[in-house]
Amino acid sequence: MPEKIRFTVNGDVVEMAVEHHQRLLDVLREDLALTGAKEGCGGGECGACTVLMDNEPVNACLVLAVEADGREIITIEGLARENCLDPLQEAFIEHAALQCGFCTPGMILSAKALLLRNPNPTEAEVKEALSGNLCRCTGYKSIVDAVLAAAEKQS
Amino acid sequence: MTQSLIGASVPRKDALEKVTGTARYVGDLSMPNMLHARILRSPFPHARIRSIDVSKARRLPGVKAVVTGRDFPNFIGLYLVDRNIFAVDKVRYIGDPVAGVAAVSPQVAEEALKLIEVEYEELPAVFDPFSAMAPDAPLIHENLHQYKLVPVYFPIPHTNVANHMKIRKGDVEEGFRLSDEIIEGTYHVPQMQHCQIEPHTAIAQVDATGKVTVWSSCQSPNAVRKLLAVAFDIPVGKVRVITPYVGGGFGGKAGVTLEGVLTAIAMKAGGRPVKLVYSREEVFRDTMVRQGLVAKIKTGFKKDGRLVAQQAELYWDAGAYCEYGVNIVRAAGYSSAGPYYIPYMKTDSYCIYTNNPAGGPFRGFGMGELHWALDQQMDRIAHHLSMDPVEVRLINAARDGTTTATGEVLKDIGLTKCINEAARQIGWGTPKNPLTGRGIACMVKAPAMPGNASSAAFIKINEDGSANLLITATEIGQGADTALAQIAAHELGLPVDKVTVSLPDTDYTPYEWQTVASRITYSAGNAVIAAARDARNQLITMAGEGLGIPADQLTITDGVVHAVNDPAKAIRVADLALGLNLPNGSARYGPVMGRGHFIPEGIEGLDPETGQGKKAVSHWTFGVQAAEVEVDPETGRVDVKKIAAVYDIGKVINPLLAAGQTEGGIVQGLSVALYEQLQLQRGRVMNPSFVDYKIATAADTPEMAIGFVETPLADGPYGARGFAEHTMVPTAPAIANAVYDAIGVRITDLPITPEKVLAALRSKGKGGE
Repeated sequence: MPEKIRFTVNGDVVEMAVEHHQRLLDVLREDLALTGAKEGCGGGECGACTVLMDNEPVNACLVLAVEADGREIITIEGLARENCLDPLQEAFIEHAALQCGFCTPGMILSAKALLLRNPNPTEAEVKEALSGNLCRCTGYKSIVDAVLAAAEKQS
Repeated sequence: MTQSLIGASVPRKDALEKVTGTARYVGDLSMPNMLHARILRSPFPHARIRSIDVSKARRLPGVKAVVTGRDFPNFIGLYLVDRNIFAVDKVRYIGDPVAGVAAVSPQVAEEALKLIEVEYEELPAVFDPFSAMAPDAPLIHENLHQYKLVPVYFPIPHTNVANHMKIRKGDVEEGFRLSDEIIEGTYHVPQMQHCQIEPHTAIAQVDATGKVTVWSSCQSPNAVRKLLAVAFDIPVGKVRVITPYVGGGFGGKAGVTLEGVLTAIAMKAGGRPVKLVYSREEVFRDTMVRQGLVAKIKTGFKKDGRLVAQQAELYWDAGAYCEYGVNIVRAAGYSSAGPYYIPYMKTDSYCIYTNNPAGGPFRGFGMGELHWALDQQMDRIAHHLSMDPVEVRLINAARDGTTTATGEVLKDIGLTKCINEAARQIGWGTPKNPLTGRGIACMVKAPAMPGNASSAAFIKINEDGSANLLITATEIGQGADTALAQIAAHELGLPVDKVTVSLPDTDYTPYEWQTVASRITYSAGNAVIAAARDARNQLITMAGEGLGIPADQLTITDGVVHAVNDPAKAIRVADLALGLNLPNGSARYGPVMGRGHFIPEGIEGLDPETGQGKKAVSHWTFGVQAAEVEVDPETGRVDVKKIAAVYDIGKVINPLLAAGQTEGGIVQGLSVALYEQLQLQRGRVMNPSFVDYKIATAADTPEMAIGFVETPLADGPYGARGFAEHTMVPTAPAIANAVYDAIGVRITDLPITPEKVLAALRSKGKGGE
């Protein structure tokens, strides 16, 4: 039986009926056409589907849609405000902190969650915060550099 | 010309889309009326199919198509056409596709798979190359002698050897007689996975005219088009392949992977588009894996460190199908001297069928595996002679005038510069802490491609003075779009942000052989130069006529064609885009449309018995990595502190991207060195997930020092050579050599796990090596 949920996605209130088995990732990608969150493994192992739920990073493939009821979700599409890029997005461009780009949305959102709770992280803290987001292209250095640069710019 | 663009750190063209989540991958595409496919796979490593009953699956509501090998008994493959789209008479590995279903939802398709009844008769199976080569081994491909193939591969009929590549350079026995010392070593490399974060995904649709359109996360749209056309016996022009951004390749999306089974299903789906997304487990097992290798190397050398002779036996565990793998085995053969000069050589490189998952290209195309053996062997020679490992490498380094394994005379080689610089960057010879070690490893790689592997490019000039660059190179993360846009902008005299690069669509973008072999900047780069110069000539011809100035006195700067000596005499590119407008109101010429192509000339076949020839490959790229590690003798843990990497890439087109490519390669190489192994038990992949198959995370990134040497390649764009794959090749042997330097034990089978280090330390304590 579908259940009605009400939650906020990138600032917009969404009301919809979802099945109990439906994952948040499917609702975002298929029902709301927010395909920025990627599915890399379906098991919470790669972090490509990371979104923010009440400012905490979650693997959207491991969250049931019903769990999002009453919560605030931010996806990569909601990070830039009124065409103004988030400092993290700017830093990722500047440092070429992406290659194929498939892990990038999840990577940026994990970094965003880190900077929200710790605006001045050390390099070790950045690496730890990103250790659940796999990237096979960059070797991570440019990503860590980008996050540190964004933190510095914000402070 | 805007000279500064070549060698400039231009930001990535795709960065804005990728940081905002608007970059589209195949998985993000959805179409009206779309069906979803799932594949039924073999549970046995080797079995005869007695019967398949799909009637119950067909009756399940929501199922729109069910196909098996009986519907499509066709073969598919790149070099040795040995693979059925769906198993016909036999299955040859755990995971071999047996049937495919299209249904209204993934769940229904999944449900339908359970209703397909297959009766198997198990057959004896082989899981390692030596058992597979035994005289009484069960044959995996009884009809090997009848398969179509490109005639540079040499299967041994009625055996499991799909290709035997031979090198006979001089008389190797004579070489051993001339040697002062001989050492032998055996090195093991397990199967691995590319682990692109994007799973293989495709959508296929067959329209009313029979035209097949495939949206695929592939590296090589033209190869997919050709292979599908051949496999399904339809004209190439009736297949259209569209490739948006690809979420990582590393060889695992080269050739064809899932497009064959999906197209077969789509042909029975009544014109509806069908989407197939591989699960992570399927990516691990059913795409292509890096082939396993056992390398036996015997090397003869002089007391002063000079190599004299090498005998190499390379046994590749190529898995159930070798359609692509035969060429890795060939490449390893002609590259078997590695980055060194060896006067006498004998190499036997065997591509061996087993009932393991099918092997295929993986970043490095055999070179990572080969150099794991060769560069540890070189290190052992240095230690055996109590010589400096750097010095021994400098003595033997390939250089101008030396010959390769195939007898090709090398020129424009900068390897010794790379060795010296990498040694300097790692602090070679400076004091170090106890349990810290430094190691060095050199590498070489050439694009392994047929002599006619070509590239083409179109450039359209738009009436706002911008340009569209049409190519079929795929953007798999390597930065091809950016580098090629730089080249086009540089030649056209336009700002780089005025150049838009197309994503491949084989109906509209011109031919590209494959986005593999680190060949795009080299080959497509040359095609783009030609196309841009063609467009430039058209602009200058028109401007010359319009301005009344000879063409050779004109140039283009920032989108304006002007007299070299007088910038005021000028016409904007925008005003010439559609033709030359004359003062009397008439017009001449027409829209500007540049075209260019490139084919590397002079690549010749090799003698089948000796492997000797004039030029086996278009060009070689050399590089060196040096590692500093710390080993904990209590836990066996190897901590990679720093990697220095120096490559001679001819010309650095974009320093930012070149460094990024190298960092990525180093960390992938480190990951392979310390963690990665596909755990196979009687052909079953035991660790098809990122939990059980660990790859490097952000926490593993070492300090990296990256440098480039620029020895121009005669036919490279601005002298550039390919180098993207090369960046992971020497990392593992450099780390292994550093571990030896730290604690005096040598790990010869990948990966270098703490267990192996501890076991080797215990064995050393008991007097073993």
